[in-house]
Amino acid sequence: METSPPKTEPPIIEMKGVSVGSMRDQSVTVLKDVDWETKPGDYWILAGLQGTGKSDFLMMAAGLMPPATGTYRLWGEPMPIFDEARLPIRLRLGVVFDGGQLFNHLTVAGNIALPLRYHRNLPEEAVLEQTQRWMEATELESWADSTPGNLARNWQKRAGLARALILQPEILLVDNPLGGLDLRHANWWLRFLDQLSKGHPLMEGRPVTLVVTASDLRPWQNRAKQFAILREHQFVVLGTWTQLEAASQELLHELLVTERQG
Amino acid sequence: MPLPAGSVRFLGRKLFRLLYTIQGLGAFALITIGVILKKARVARRVVWPLIFKETARAGVRLLPMFLFLAGALGLLVIGQTVSWLTRVGAINYLGTIMIIVVVRELGPLLAALLLLARTGTANVVELGTARATGEIEALEALGIDPVHYLVMPRVLGMMLGVFSLTIYLILGSLASGYLWAFLQDVPLRPAEYFRQLADALTGLDFALVGLKTLAFGFIIAIVTCYHGLAQPLRLEEISYATVRAVAQSVIGCVLMDTLVIMVYLAV
Repeated sequence: METSPPKTEPPIIEMKGVSVGSMRDQSVTVLKDVDWETKPGDYWILAGLQGTGKSDFLMMAAGLMPPATGTYRLWGEPMPIFDEARLPIRLRLGVVFDGGQLFNHLTVAGNIALPLRYHRNLPEEAVLEQTQRWMEATELESWADSTPGNLARNWQKRAGLARALILQPEILLVDNPLGGLDLRHANWWLRFLDQLSKGHPLMEGRPVTLVVTASDLRPWQNRAKQFAILREHQFVVLGTWTQLEAASQELLHELLVTERQG
Repeated sequence: MPLPAGSVRFLGRKLFRLLYTIQGLGAFALITIGVILKKARVARRVVWPLIFKETARAGVRLLPMFLFLAGALGLLVIGQTVSWLTRVGAINYLGTIMIIVVVRELGPLLAALLLLARTGTANVVELGTARATGEIEALEALGIDPVHYLVMPRVLGMMLGVFSLTIYLILGSLASGYLWAFLQDVPLRPAEYFRQLADALTGLDFALVGLKTLAFGFIIAIVTCYHGLAQPLRLEEISYATVRAVAQSVIGCVLMDTLVIMVYLAV
């Protein structure tokens, strides 16, 4: 009897020879020759110092701008996707921005409910119920009727997370979740992303594929599954934490230093 | 004598910038029309309340200010005109003059310019801030078309706003004008005044005033939304964008008005 080769899962994100321009000025190239794949269940940390193009890369991966060169496919579809016909594919990907990027004309509850109201033709009671569930999961109930201007950055980021998750995406891109947070909030994010990666009850237990940017690798040890470094216009895929530890010290020194010198 | 090279370069830069702006505005207007036609029924539960909100903002909420202006306009223009026509014995031309001055010209243009000052500038600031703080990228990341969610309600709201406010401004001005004339003891009965107005009005007036006001609303909304939304913007650039949007909206409305006058004269 002929044995069939083991099935390999098709990649969610597939980039070949991709160059990334800056969001501010797309004529400026921040990353070159990116060859990268993300498969279902992955938990990637893309680490780099400020200005190495982490956010630009994530925004390009989110489809907010096209790659400067190369090909980028999301579930086999060329990105970016702007047409209505392929929008359902695009909505399987969620994005959490560094500062939350909440809509100032809406309350926190309004921000979280907006994607559901816009894309799903649900009765208002169902929208409110789901919004309430996500606000509870992100501990935002007491801020429900506040506008973003009244929220501290910690809570704005959580509202951005709840808004990105309400459509139950299969892959979540998170830009610098720990940036500017105190220890309590940082630990909450680490725990919550762990839950998402393993299967959060509000996602019906389905694991969410995560791609997270960070400027410090240490908090992600024993949490993330794969690591890549962004440095001097290069996207270096390192693999697991063990492979990362074996990598060149020069490459990692800036991202693993325990104390700032001077 | 040929122009100095510096002047040629300056004029060339200005000309290219003008052509670039016209191209950008034209493309933005076409995209918006396309979205209105294609997505009018998409996400109605979210977008239709926004259209009502924008209509209220560009119309209903400005009504007290417009009623005050209608009273003042009646005093400044109509009261004085009636008084002068009476003195020179040309009171029979009152209706025609009122229709030309108030209905065809002053009413629509004044309504449009006031709406530009009150709501158009707010459009640039709101959208410019949203653009500069990354809210537009957040909308796109959520699969929400910013033109559908932010521009379409403003365009429809401002079109309806200019149209309705012009009607109120015209009616208020004509009524208050007669009131001022009455207070100056002008020997003109209300029935005669309104008969003259009705005689001077033609079907074309109704059609062109309607079209003109809708066009003014469209122009103001497109220009202000374009400057707030369509180009990358930093917070410090919003004030410049607002100034540009106001100047270009005024020019757009005046050009549209000229076009309509040419239609009047041709018919």
